[in-house]
Amino acid sequence: MPGKIEKDSVTGTETTGHEWDGIRELNTPLPKWWVYVWLASIVWGIGYMVAYPSVPYGSGYFHGLLGYSSRSHVAHEVAEVDAKRDIYMKKIAAEPFSAIEKDPRLMQVAEIAGASTFANNCQPCHGQGGEGRIGYPALAAGAWIWGGTLDAIQRTVTYGIRSGDPKARDSQMPPFGKSGMLKPEQIQQVASFVWSNFYGHPTKGEDIAPGAKIFAANCAVCHGPEGQGNPAFGAPRLASHVHLYGDFRAAIVRQVTDPRMGVMPNWNQRLDPATIKAVTIYVHDLGGGQ
Amino acid sequence: MRLSHAFIERNAIVLLVLALLTVTIGGIVEIVPLFTIETTVEHVQGVRPYSPLELRGRDIYVREGCYLCHSQMIRTLRDDVARYGHYSLAAESMYDHPFQWGSKRIGPDLARVGGKYSDAWMYAHLEHPRRLVPESLMPDFAFLARTPLETRDLLARMKTNIEVGVPYTKADLAQAEADLRAQDDPSADHSALEKRYHGAHVVPGNGHPTELDALVAYLQVLGTMVDFKDVTPAQERQ
Repeated sequence: MPGKIEKDSVTGTETTGHEWDGIRELNTPLPKWWVYVWLASIVWGIGYMVAYPSVPYGSGYFHGLLGYSSRSHVAHEVAEVDAKRDIYMKKIAAEPFSAIEKDPRLMQVAEIAGASTFANNCQPCHGQGGEGRIGYPALAAGAWIWGGTLDAIQRTVTYGIRSGDPKARDSQMPPFGKSGMLKPEQIQQVASFVWSNFYGHPTKGEDIAPGAKIFAANCAVCHGPEGQGNPAFGAPRLASHVHLYGDFRAAIVRQVTDPRMGVMPNWNQRLDPATIKAVTIYVHDLGGGQ
Repeated sequence: MRLSHAFIERNAIVLLVLALLTVTIGGIVEIVPLFTIETTVEHVQGVRPYSPLELRGRDIYVREGCYLCHSQMIRTLRDDVARYGHYSLAAESMYDHPFQWGSKRIGPDLARVGGKYSDAWMYAHLEHPRRLVPESLMPDFAFLARTPLETRDLLARMKTNIEVGVPYTKADLAQAEADLRAQDDPSADHSALEKRYHGAHVVPGNGHPTELDALVAYLQVLGTMVDFKDVTPAQERQ
C-alpha cells in the first residue's frame, strides 16, 4: 500500500510510496525527449486524420481535406507515365510498320516495350528467347505456322489462334485416325514417308511409296506437296528441322491419328494496339522474322 | 476525493467501471468501422457467385495452399497495374469466403490470370511447371489430374456459402451437379450453365471432372467477371 512519498537520498528521485518488506521503488519519470516525441506524434496523428481519409460514419467515411485516394493516385501516376510514353507509342500506333522500321528511335522504343511485354505475356509458352516448347511454336527459328511477316504476327497476336475472338485465326486438322479416314497401317505408312522425306531421317522401306500416295491424297492440300506448309491455313511446314510437337516419329503418328490444335489467346483483350505492335516488332526481330 | 492511482486501486467498483470504459473505447474504434463495410464494396456489373465446378476448384486452390505463393490482389501501384492489369476491386472478391488476396508473391499474382493462357497450357503447366517454364519453383501438381473430383459434398459446400452470404438460389442448388458436369464437357449443352453463371469457362473434360479440371475452371475465370469498360471512375472511387 502506498505510504509516504519521499525522495530517495541516493538518486534524488521520488519513490512510488509502495513499500514491501522494507524495499521501496523509484518512480523514475519518463525522459523528457520521449514525452515530447509522444505528444508530437499525437498532434501528427490528429493532423493526419484531418488531411487523409480516416473516420468512418454511417454511409461512408471522412475523405480528408487533401482528397487523397490510392485509386486516384495510381490513375494519376499511370497518366503521367503514359503521357511520356505516348510521344512514341502514339506514333507506333499510327504509323505503318514500314515507316516505324525507318525510324531508329521508334524501333528502339518498340524493342524495349516489346521485350517487357514479351517477358510478361509470351515467355511462359514460347520461352525466354522465343525458342518454343513442345506444342508452343518457336518464334526465333523462322518456322512460322501462321506467317512471319510483321502484319501476320500482328494479326496473330491481336486476335489469337482458336481463341474465341471472331477474327481469330482458326483451322482444323481432320482427325484422320480417330475418324477412321486412315487405317492404322496407313498412318504408319504416311508417318514413315513424312519422317523420311521431310523430317530429314532418310529411310528405305516398303512404307515409303504407299505413304507418299497417302500424303499426296490427304495431306498435300494443306501441307503442300513438298511439305512446305501453308500459312494461310496455319498448316505447319513439315520439311523443316523445327517441329511443333517434337522431332519424333511418334509425334507424327499421334498428330495424324488425333491432332492436337493449339490455342493462343487474343491479346486485344489485354494489350493496347500500340503495345501489340511493339511486341510484334520484338518477336519479328527474335531471329525468324520475314 | 481525488481520482488518484491509490484511490482507483482501492475501490473495486471504480476500477471496474473505468476498465470497462477503456475497453469500450478500444472496442468501438475497432468494431464500428466494420458496420460500414458494405459501403466499401463497389457496385459493379458482372460479379457472380462461382459455378459449382469453379467453387470446387477454388476449394482445391485453398487446400493446396496456392495462396501461400500467389496473391490475388493487384494493388493500386503503377507497377502492379502495368504488369497485371486493372487493380483489384473489393467487389471482385465479394463471394470469396475466405478471400484469396494472399500476402506473398513467390509466384505471380493471379487476380487476372483468367484467359491469359490456353487451357492446354494451364493443364501442362500445373502438372509439370518446369516443362514449360524451366526457372519455375512451383511444385508439380500432376496428381490432381489423376484424382477424380469429390462431388458428394457439393451441395453442402454451396449451402455453407449461402450461410455466409453467397446468393445461390434453389435452382442453382437443384442444378448444381448438372452444371458441374456440363462445365467439364465441351460437347454438352451449356445454355443453362451460361445463364446461371455468365462467362463460365468450359474445360476440356469428359463430364467426370478431375480435381485439375476444377482448378483450371477456377483459374480461367479469375479476373474476367468485371468488364472494366462498364466501370465508371466514380464507382471505383466510392
